[in-house]
Amino acid sequence: MSVAAAARTESTAAVGSGQWISQRLGRIVLHVVVIGLTLAWVVPTLGLVLSSFRPFSAIATSGWWAAISPPYAFTLDNYNQLFAQSNLGTAIFNSFMVSVPSTVIPVTIAAFAAYAFAWMKFPARDWIFLAFVGLLAVPLQLTFIPVLKFYVEHGITIENLTALNLPPWVGLWLAHAGYGLPFSTYLLANFFRALPSDLFESAEIDGAGTLTVFFRIILPLSVPALASLVIFQFLWVWNDLLVALIYVGGSPEVAPLTVNLAGLTNSLGQGYQLLTAAAFFSMIVPLVVFLSLQRYFVRGILAGSVKG
Amino acid sequence: MDFSILLSDLPTLVVVIVGVPIVLAAYIVGGEYVVRRLPDKNRPQVRPWIWVGPAIFLVAAILFIPAIFTVIQSFQDNQGNFVGLQNYANQLADFPSGGAWIAIRNNIIIWLIFYTLFVLAFGLALAVLFDRVAYETVVKSLIFMPMAISSVALGVIWKFMFWYQPPGSAQTGTLNAIVTFFHHDPVAWLQDQWPNGLAILNNLALIGAATWGITGFAMVILSAALKGIPGELLEAARVDGAGEITIFRRVIFPLMMPTIVVVGTTLVIFALKAFDVVYVMTNGNYNTDVLAFRMYNLLYLSHNPAGASAVAIILLIAVVPVLIFNLRQFRAVEARR
Amino acid sequence: MHSSSLVRALVVAMAAVFTAVACGTSSTGNAGSIKILAAWSGQEQASFFAVLKPWEDKTGIKVNYEYSRDLDALLTTRVGAGNPPDLAAAPSPTTLTNFAKQGKVIALDDKIDMTSLKANYSQSWIDLGTINGKLYETFSWVAVKGLIWYDPKNFQAKSYNVPNSWQSLMDLQSTIKGSGVTPWCVALESGSASGWPGSDWLKEIVLSQSGPSVYDGWVAGTQKWTSPEIKSAFTTWGQVLGANDSNVYGGKQFMLATNFGDGGTHMFDNPPKCYMHNQASFITTFFTSAVPSLQPVTDFNFFPLPDITAQYAGAHVVAGDSWAMFRDTSQARSLMNYLITADAQTIWVKRGGKISPNKQTALDAYPDPLTKESAQILVATKIAKYDATDQMPADMRAAAWKAVLDFVGDQSKLDSILKTLDGVQATAYK
Repeated sequence: MSVAAAARTESTAAVGSGQWISQRLGRIVLHVVVIGLTLAWVVPTLGLVLSSFRPFSAIATSGWWAAISPPYAFTLDNYNQLFAQSNLGTAIFNSFMVSVPSTVIPVTIAAFAAYAFAWMKFPARDWIFLAFVGLLAVPLQLTFIPVLKFYVEHGITIENLTALNLPPWVGLWLAHAGYGLPFSTYLLANFFRALPSDLFESAEIDGAGTLTVFFRIILPLSVPALASLVIFQFLWVWNDLLVALIYVGGSPEVAPLTVNLAGLTNSLGQGYQLLTAAAFFSMIVPLVVFLSLQRYFVRGILAGSVKG
Repeated sequence: MDFSILLSDLPTLVVVIVGVPIVLAAYIVGGEYVVRRLPDKNRPQVRPWIWVGPAIFLVAAILFIPAIFTVIQSFQDNQGNFVGLQNYANQLADFPSGGAWIAIRNNIIIWLIFYTLFVLAFGLALAVLFDRVAYETVVKSLIFMPMAISSVALGVIWKFMFWYQPPGSAQTGTLNAIVTFFHHDPVAWLQDQWPNGLAILNNLALIGAATWGITGFAMVILSAALKGIPGELLEAARVDGAGEITIFRRVIFPLMMPTIVVVGTTLVIFALKAFDVVYVMTNGNYNTDVLAFRMYNLLYLSHNPAGASAVAIILLIAVVPVLIFNLRQFRAVEARR
Repeated sequence: MHSSSLVRALVVAMAAVFTAVACGTSSTGNAGSIKILAAWSGQEQASFFAVLKPWEDKTGIKVNYEYSRDLDALLTTRVGAGNPPDLAAAPSPTTLTNFAKQGKVIALDDKIDMTSLKANYSQSWIDLGTINGKLYETFSWVAVKGLIWYDPKNFQAKSYNVPNSWQSLMDLQSTIKGSGVTPWCVALESGSASGWPGSDWLKEIVLSQSGPSVYDGWVAGTQKWTSPEIKSAFTTWGQVLGANDSNVYGGKQFMLATNFGDGGTHMFDNPPKCYMHNQASFITTFFTSAVPSLQPVTDFNFFPLPDITAQYAGAHVVAGDSWAMFRDTSQARSLMNYLITADAQTIWVKRGGKISPNKQTALDAYPDPLTKESAQILVATKIAKYDATDQMPADMRAAAWKAVLDFVGDQSKLDSILKTLDGVQATAYK
């Protein structure tokens, strides 16, 4: 039974009694707090969404809340300018081409490594793990020149990859994988480590090999953690601008959506009202990813797994 | 919009969507195959390295080796000559308001304490509260939405929130509209170095914007951990007559502690690495400088990579206590096994 | 699942993948291609592409254009990694000059049409791009600074006259102040460049008050910030701002918090919140997007910042986009030569927002009377000096911008601000 179900269990107190009233009051307070917090949280985003439907002259002179009372000055102009860009389709495609492998690679490799860190013994294991956590602190900017130099010297450039009919983003995938690995490994190792050791013992008794344990036991039980990781890594890569610019540059054939949208404002920063529409638009895919992975955040995955 | 691109790039699509997982799966299956060909006693010696190998390789190439270069570079000048601690001396000169000291104070005191505290507290509170309502998915998604926004967009949103118009004019920023509603003068949230030049207010404003953006992250992870607590445990506690708050203190919180440590550690490191929000919103002005931003300027503006390296190493040193804490936690968990 | 069937499945899948890879198509051009990196995006990018089109059609060369607002970061990384673009354009010469000094930029003297350059550009533009005797940078589109914008209707309503001397400007300032309105609108926020509009004020004052040789020394790092001439520029600006920034709408908070593009629009409020706004020629598009009904000349016009010292009358600060070549290819040379021609520059000029430094560009190409007037100022100006801070090393410039913000925050801290600037100057020019 879940915490939620446990919390929502019908009270055993007699209706109308003091205990029943205080439980009801507690429920009301809970709902008020939850809804209140959520509403306050949503206000900035709401401001963004409303602003994206207002012309620049309105944004500059009145707050977004003025939009919900007459005179209504709504316009689709910002969105029209957004969609008028001829490279939008390619940019969206490129964003997927960058984000999907940059998520799959680190999460998978981190899962392999986390399994080793959590359940295998090898020399210097704890120190290497500590190094992973420590490397979380490395600022990305310091890695750009050494890594890019390495790529250029070893021919991992867009020109060479395209000439070989390989996807031009390979360098970017590996870079994002490297950047995402410390956190992914850290999170998954902790999660795997928390799994009860009886699981592995029963599996060993049943004669299961390492691969079977990994694919049939650990991964299914870790779905919430894996789902979280996939969301975070995907989001971070989808919204990234600087790393993409450094490793694949800004030419339209390879540039992702973030580069495309950054181009809505000119070099003087004019046109920031277009960014409101762009921001709202580029939120759609990550939100869809989040919502579709929501169902993996369910309780009770561990329940009943060891018994019987 | 031109979607015919998708059709002509179909081969690339196939390679990417199908090829990448296949390569990874092939690696691990192939690796296990090799391990199984080995004599029994060698297996546990070789196997871990197959599993951990790709991660170590990538992390070494992309993060570790550049980090070593950085350490070496911090002891050299920009022409490559060895200069010992000169770069550190330069960056740490003029205590308390020169060199990197403002950034150090901002990161290590203000960001580290307030950012971590706010995000952890909100994330935990929201995870626990939302767990108890039927419309959990909806509210969680709404809290999570800011994570889906890029840092540039977050800057735009919060610039709108913090917008300042002089007293007497209609306010266009949300926060100042609220403030003036209560008959107070509007506040220049990002520029005001209240109190008295200590610049706590504007740093907190930046931290507020950053908190809004990242709480969804903490909430999601803490929520996943929360749901890993078997319902029977909580039922048992309730049957024993424990109140909700006691259950939280005695059952939920301790069981979530490992995850709280992970989230907390990550947040502390993020606090020390804070860059985007400062870059987009104040550009480090008005005493909001942070170490990562100072490093960025030294690298790209002053073309002083040696100085930038020194600042990066200062940042890494600040992380060490966190790592020691984590090491103690691992050892404790291991001992309990 | 048996491991052998798993292995078989993998082999089949990998074969499929490799087939897909092999079937992918690629195409190659035969006139070659060129890689350009610049900061133009949005509308400006459209204008730049319009400029490139005739050249692309004529030569058949494929253009790979990349833009980034983080131009410094991107260019530094690419050059450091050995992967620079062929041509790069920057809104100020600082970054490119830095690379030229490091030997990463190609000298242009024997690569482009120098005769045409010398014939069509005033010597100051050529000198600007010359480092250690060799030409490294060319200029394509420029702007004039030191234009005081005002709403003629506001002036008419109060019978104010356009000032033609520094004293009459100061008198006008007090008159307006006396009538209960702040005379000036100033807005300094600009992301990573916050403070630059204030530095524009300062350089215009330095040039007009102390003359070209002080100005040049200041740019070169030989004129100290604590010297009386530079200090006097700050205090003069302080007179404009008023004690405690009281001559400016919204005081210091407004100045610091408001984006440079939004500051001047308060001249058009009813009643106006300020009367004058010092900005470059490109500010007009900001006016018209905030208040679409505005018409040039009737609703907004400019007068040049009056001369402070008679000896240096007619001096103006200008700024512009500079080009540098990082890789010597035939395509790069061809494009460089094209970009310095009047034909190329006229295309963008016609679209508005920029002025061409090429003497051959027809004045009629300018789309509105105000841009034409600024172009005329550019051509006629006796002492044209390129934007001082845009020529200084990047960290000196950043310190200057920050000094503007600090000065506005507290004018009484001027001496310590100047001292800090001297400190930066001592190390920045190495």
